[in-house]
Amino acid sequence: MKLVTQRLGLGILTLFAASVLIFAGTEILPGDLASAILANNATPENLAALRLELGLERPAILRFGEWLFGALRGDFGHSLANGRDVLEEVAPRFGNTMFLAAYAAVVAVPLAVVLGLMAAIRQGGIYDRLVNLFTLMTISVPEYFLAYILIKYLAVGLGWFPSLANVSPDSSFGDRLYYAFLPMLTLVLVIVAHMMRMTRASVLSVMASPYIEMAILKGLKKSRIVVRHALPNALAPIISVIALNLAYLIVGVVVVEAVFVYPGLGQLMVDAVSKHDVPMVQACGLIFAATFILLNMTADILAILSNPRLRQPR
Amino acid sequence: MSEVGYLKDRLQIGAISRREFIGRAAALGVSSALISTMVASVDAAAAETAKKGGLLRLGLAGGSTTDSIDITTYTDSVMIAISRGLFNGIVEWGEDGKPKPELAASWEPKNSATEWVFNLRKGIKFSDGKEFTADDAVYSINLHRGESKSGGAGSMKGIADVKKLDKYQIQITLSAGDADFPYVLTDYHVLMVPDGFKDWSKPIGTGSMVLEKFDPGVRCSLKKGGDYWKEGRGHLDAAEITVITDSTARLNALISGQLDAINRVDHKAVALLAKAPKTEIVRAPGGWHTVMAMQIDKAPYNNPDLRLALKYGTDREQILKSLFSGYGSVGNDHPIPPNDPYFNKDLPQRKHDPERAAFHFKKAGVSEAVLLQASDAAFNGAVDMGALFQASANKAGVKVDLKKEPADGFWDNVWLKGAFVESYWAGRAAATQMLSVCYGAGAPWNETHWKNDKFEKLLADARSETDEAKRKTYIWDMQAMLHEEGGAIIPAFRDWLDAHHDNVGGHTPHGGFDMDNGLILDKAFIKA
Repeated sequence: MKLVTQRLGLGILTLFAASVLIFAGTEILPGDLASAILANNATPENLAALRLELGLERPAILRFGEWLFGALRGDFGHSLANGRDVLEEVAPRFGNTMFLAAYAAVVAVPLAVVLGLMAAIRQGGIYDRLVNLFTLMTISVPEYFLAYILIKYLAVGLGWFPSLANVSPDSSFGDRLYYAFLPMLTLVLVIVAHMMRMTRASVLSVMASPYIEMAILKGLKKSRIVVRHALPNALAPIISVIALNLAYLIVGVVVVEAVFVYPGLGQLMVDAVSKHDVPMVQACGLIFAATFILLNMTADILAILSNPRLRQPR
Repeated sequence: MSEVGYLKDRLQIGAISRREFIGRAAALGVSSALISTMVASVDAAAAETAKKGGLLRLGLAGGSTTDSIDITTYTDSVMIAISRGLFNGIVEWGEDGKPKPELAASWEPKNSATEWVFNLRKGIKFSDGKEFTADDAVYSINLHRGESKSGGAGSMKGIADVKKLDKYQIQITLSAGDADFPYVLTDYHVLMVPDGFKDWSKPIGTGSMVLEKFDPGVRCSLKKGGDYWKEGRGHLDAAEITVITDSTARLNALISGQLDAINRVDHKAVALLAKAPKTEIVRAPGGWHTVMAMQIDKAPYNNPDLRLALKYGTDREQILKSLFSGYGSVGNDHPIPPNDPYFNKDLPQRKHDPERAAFHFKKAGVSEAVLLQASDAAFNGAVDMGALFQASANKAGVKVDLKKEPADGFWDNVWLKGAFVESYWAGRAAATQMLSVCYGAGAPWNETHWKNDKFEKLLADARSETDEAKRKTYIWDMQAMLHEEGGAIIPAFRDWLDAHHDNVGGHTPHGGFDMDNGLILDKAFIKA
């Protein structure tokens, strides 16, 4: 319990540091929102008028202070570019991102663990090699390329799934599963290799220890040894790799979002950064940072729970 | 798309005559049977009466999460297309290049075109039921004047005063005569909203559609409003616009039938799309052009021989081919496109000529390399164009250093600041507008610092002159001046490339902008 509170406290500090860095980063970028909006329609007069309206002429410290004060009270402000409430704008996008991440995770995690275990059981066999080859292949090609291949065959060729995954807030759950199928499949193909190989490797490393040899000598079946005796002790590294991949599913999928036109957080953040829309960038950045912190914390805690030696410190 | 397909499009919008089409197609070696089929299909398209009803699904590039319905903030395709469903302008820029009455039924110039009286249509209702009158028009135009943040403010600078004459008549006074003034009002920012209107989250307009859902940078859905006032327009029951930045995604969704029409077809994919069943390309030559702008009051660009050396050192054909796969036309160092009625046809086309470039370079006596600043923020392929220019100039012994500038802040920190910078210009409806907006002495966007008394006189004369023959000489002379002495290297004009399913009608090629100059929701219909 103490550990959890300590971790949470540190996490909040990290979030604050992240928000300072994000703000500083957007300030350092050349240009500002006014020039980004007007581009080559800008004249000195309309630039000045727009800056005044947006309050951009005030010092950066003041603007950051105001934002921080609002954020502490749960008010993340309004988008500078279109005046809409940041939370209202971010919430559905965040929901979409979480939906896609969960969808991909629910398919990918069990798949990876099962594939990894089977590869460990049949180490060196033809199945092991095939699975290794296939997953390495899918992780080695860029995700947009995978996405285009899937679109070419499954959407344009066979017409089974739509190439546009533009779910809307009022799509039903079934529709969402259908629309987001191709992006989900792309993500699964990308992340499955990493988790599957980690499962295989850590199970195999445990398999070399004396107590497993004991089990073999006792005459247990190989599958039973792997699942009952090796897996629990190999869980810690597997969990941290899963956590890493889950974080990727939430924060790193902007390319997949763009190819499938999926309205997630990534595209929102890219748009906001390119237009210097600071409140929007801050909100997205904080969500991403919090995701990393929470997932890493969960992974650590689960790793401790899965290990009796860490669970009961002397 | 083939050359003959392009000719067919030109025939369709009436840019070339039937006779010319048949002659030119035959010259291309097209069989006479195919020619007559094509002429017949154009006739059929013209005879095709628009059908009421239906849903049009568009996939458009040029949208962002930062978009807003606020008409003063528009810069790109998605908002321009949406706005034309919701609002109307006073004057429409017709696909034949001429100004057409929209909310103004007629207009007339007075006092050598310094005063313009616009007679507004009577009995037109906004979507809230209120009638459109002079007060609304004055308010809407003034949104882009004075202390305005509007992107349309630049082109409204010539307006000295807007006033209401009576309920259906306004008068606009200009600071200098402009015979082409109605074109100024075709600017995509100039749309009519009710007097005092401010709440952009609930738009009120006179357009054929009303807003149903708007999710900036993602999608927008619109549905038919009440009775639409415009004859032969506003056929759709509903429209759905999906913002798709990735050009492959747009193409895939069109081919797989999830969309009815898309904009900005990747020029490299045109040949592929031509093979896909049931899709058609809409190719519109226009005034959009790339520029390499030299500031002629700064060394070494103040040397006319160096400018000529760089102009002759540009391989325009190669740039047109590499950047746009040939879907455009080569530029002649002035901003008037070949499809403009005032295009100077007598001016010889400048070609890549390393010998002449070397001659002028030697005469200029410049020893160090010139520095060209480029960024893909200007347009996709700007850096490539710089590299091509670097290589072709090098053949004449002209050394060019290419500096890749960050996309962020390019318009603020590099454009109009650097002495030799790449940029682009979207075409303007009238030649005089194009010439004054970037080459007029007082223009805020005069990127080449071109200030020439003779040119100013010609420009002022051309703007206030109503005699066609005289105007033409003035405008031709200005093109020749820029071609010879100007600071802009203009390598290429680019065509607009849209595509649609063959069940979409009324989507005509328009030289102004993509998607029928943004008018797709007003003009398109779904065939049975």
